[in-house]
Amino acid sequence: MDAEQNAGRLEQTGCSILSVPQRFLQRLGRAAIGFLSAVGRLAEFTGRGVMHCFTPPFFPRLLVRQLIDIGYYSLPVVGLTTFFTGMVLALQSYSGFSRFSAASAIPNVVVLSITRELAPVLAGLMVAGRVGAAIAAELGTMRVTEQIDALTTLSTNPYKYLIAPRLIAGTVMLPLLVLVGDVIGVFGGYVVSVYSLGFVPGTYLHNTWQFLERGDVTSGLWKSAVFGFIVTLMGCYNGFNSDRGAQGVGAATTNAVVSSSILILVFDYFLTQIFFTVIK
Amino acid sequence: MTPKLELRGVYKSFGSNHVLNGVDISIEKGKSLVVIGGSGTGKSVMIKSVLGLLNPDKGSIKVDGVETTTMDLKERDALMKKFGMLFQGGALFDSMKVWENVAFGLVQGQSMSRREAQPIAIERLRAVGLPARVADLYPAELSGGMQKRVALARAVATKPEIIFFDEPTTGLDPIMADVINDLIVAASKDLGATTLSITHDMASARKIADNIAMIYKGKIIWHGPANDIDNSGNPYVDQFIRGQADGPIKMEI
Ligand SMILES: Nc1ncnc2c1ncn2[C@@H]1O[C@H](COP(=O)(O)OP(=O)(O)OP(=O)(O)O)[C@@H](O)[C@H]1O
Ligand SMILES: [Mg+2]
Repeated sequence: MDAEQNAGRLEQTGCSILSVPQRFLQRLGRAAIGFLSAVGRLAEFTGRGVMHCFTPPFFPRLLVRQLIDIGYYSLPVVGLTTFFTGMVLALQSYSGFSRFSAASAIPNVVVLSITRELAPVLAGLMVAGRVGAAIAAELGTMRVTEQIDALTTLSTNPYKYLIAPRLIAGTVMLPLLVLVGDVIGVFGGYVVSVYSLGFVPGTYLHNTWQFLERGDVTSGLWKSAVFGFIVTLMGCYNGFNSDRGAQGVGAATTNAVVSSSILILVFDYFLTQIFFTVIK
Repeated sequence: MTPKLELRGVYKSFGSNHVLNGVDISIEKGKSLVVIGGSGTGKSVMIKSVLGLLNPDKGSIKVDGVETTTMDLKERDALMKKFGMLFQGGALFDSMKVWENVAFGLVQGQSMSRREAQPIAIERLRAVGLPARVADLYPAELSGGMQKRVALARAVATKPEIIFFDEPTTGLDPIMADVINDLIVAASKDLGATTLSITHDMASARKIADNIAMIYKGKIIWHGPANDIDNSGNPYVDQFIRGQADGPIKMEI
């Protein structure tokens, strides 16, 4: 904060005596300080939120509500997304693989792509749009209308009451959603392969199972747990720190969706890299 | 006797906006202080500093003689149980029914079961003149005046020792405002609570206050018994209570 103010004062008083590169450096420095302090605030928020997940009092009623909101009500979106993705995967890999008569690999391509990569990432992104935005809007409105302050004055810690149930629900429910999505995605590939590409049902399913390893599924589930945490965390963080007014809430919602989507893609790469070296 | 609540030299700025510039206030136990002052003079910020929702930059805030600005989380939790707050905008939980709002402090703060708390909440609603059928509505389904009354019922439900009222009558018709004033007086008399209220409604101030203080540019510029408000000899106070555009207070337009 002090550094920011100093930089501001410098600009006001000494602007004219600074050369162009100096001014560039100054601006760069200010951006870096701003970025680092934002990262610091997010880290502090994350630490507090996680700590309150594990210390009493707990709010089981609120947790159940979040589990239903985040998990159950996301089922249609996740189901549709993975179903169509499975279908498209079968079609696309058929047009590629039939050129070198490898069409029999389609069941494997579908199941591996869905479980390892597409179901977690697409479910993560869909839930970011649905749940992350809703959390940011709800908490942002509560911030703006002073409901979060009111919680504090009624002897209730807002981190425990608002943040912890959402973080837990996101981290627990996304893997379950993805597990369902895995099945539906494979089914989508099956439908297209059997009904329009002429696969024999028994063979397709046999091939799907044959090369599938437990690590393919579990690595996807671990990823999705991280994505679920990211989505709810960014929704909570942006909503909780929303600026005053309707505009502030709108910005919080946008930021929640954009930042969690980007973080999902970034973390997806690094987690895949880790799984790649650990389990292949 | 140590005052119930005492502020000494409290400062608070937001960037270059110096909102509180050394506020001094003290309230005896069971007394009611009303702080009057123009819009944006930092009245809400002052209350939020006492509640710990904002951290003052400098100064001392004592409750029952105990310094609160340096308290850790646990001590603050215990302190919070002494406080009740009526927010300027009501701040009702809009995802909860009216009775759940009123019962909130009992259920969360005093670990009462929901079943025990419900009849108490309905009783508190009746005390502020709301019929039992309102209990199962959501705040958004109520008029502004009804919301204020629910907020009032919630603020006093846990029988706090110190109650803060931030503009309890703003935006209400004069009759409803008077009803709220009566309720505040009754609530604080019944509970024997110490109250700090904020208002720019002079009728309300005269009715609620034992003492009145006027805040201007982040400082208390006058304070005294409510009866002396008309003979304060202070041109700022005179201008304010008469509501005149001419005088030492210049509106920044
Ligand atoms: N959280 C905050 N962040 C930044 N500035 C704030 C914040 N809260 C209040 N302020 C500023 O502090 C000043 C005083 O605000 P405050 O809400 O205390 O006014 P008030 O005296 O209660 O006015 P009113 O009678 O209109 O409610 C305003 O200039 C406002 O912009
Ligand atoms: Mg105010």
